Amino acid sequence: MEQKTKVTAPAGKQEVLITRDFELPVELLFKAHTEAEIIEEWMGNKVLKLDARKHGSFDYLAIDPKGNKHSFRGAFHDVIPNQKIIRTFEMDGPFGVQLEFYDFEKITEDTSRLNMRIIYETLEQRDGVLKLPFVQGINWAHNTLQEVVSKRK
Amino acid sequence: MNLRRDVFQAIADPTRRAILLLLATQSMTAGAIAANFDTARPTISKHLSILTECELLAQEQNGREVHYHINAKKMKEVDDFIEPFRKMWEHRFNKLESIMKKYKGK
Repeated sequence: MEQKTKVTAPAGKQEVLITRDFELPVELLFKAHTEAEIIEEWMGNKVLKLDARKHGSFDYLAIDPKGNKHSFRGAFHDVIPNQKIIRTFEMDGPFGVQLEFYDFEKITEDTSRLNMRIIYETLEQRDGVLKLPFVQGINWAHNTLQEVVSKRK
Repeated sequence: MNLRRDVFQAIADPTRRAILLLLATQSMTAGAIAANFDTARPTISKHLSILTECELLAQEQNGREVHYHINAKKMKEVDDFIEPFRKMWEHRFNKLESIMKKYKGK
């Protein structure tokens, strides 16, 4: 299957790069990152607060299958419509705060690209986040679906 | 399972990364590897044993000499470890795309 999402974790650098092309106009791609209802749908989290503008903040809540609550919070440093989001992101646990750069790029009228650069405070934090079991579980809804599908094989 | 953790600690060190790079194209003796660094020989030996312990390097007896070479399979595992993280984003973005395609149609 084609892998549309590319992830690079350069050795020895406390950052992760994520790139993805979408069959969507850049305006819709951007909208999916700044409107609470849409974020809830694709991220699978509750959006308690979202003020997607310069110096605004966000507060998301995810509930895992065991009923445990997980908070994801951060502040927007800059939001430039259809171009760029710079924000911090922090989750419960010893993972510190990460700085995220989202670059939205128009390719054609109907296609666009998202380049994400996530910078961690230390290499240990980056590797810790990448190795979290939650990474598989953070999108519980998707996982459940995947389980159902893979059981049919 | 601490082995994986060790692998990542192993490649977090700049000297060990340099050793891996050096061995990317050829196998070398400990002496030849050490000659590329200003670091004391015992330090390089220590790095080599860490890399060997976590199976990133393998040793090969070649007459009286021991050659080190990269264990490609293990290096691949290092790459693979970000796969669950990549998959998570793949799923999210697939969902984003399908939601917004419908949105577009509204």
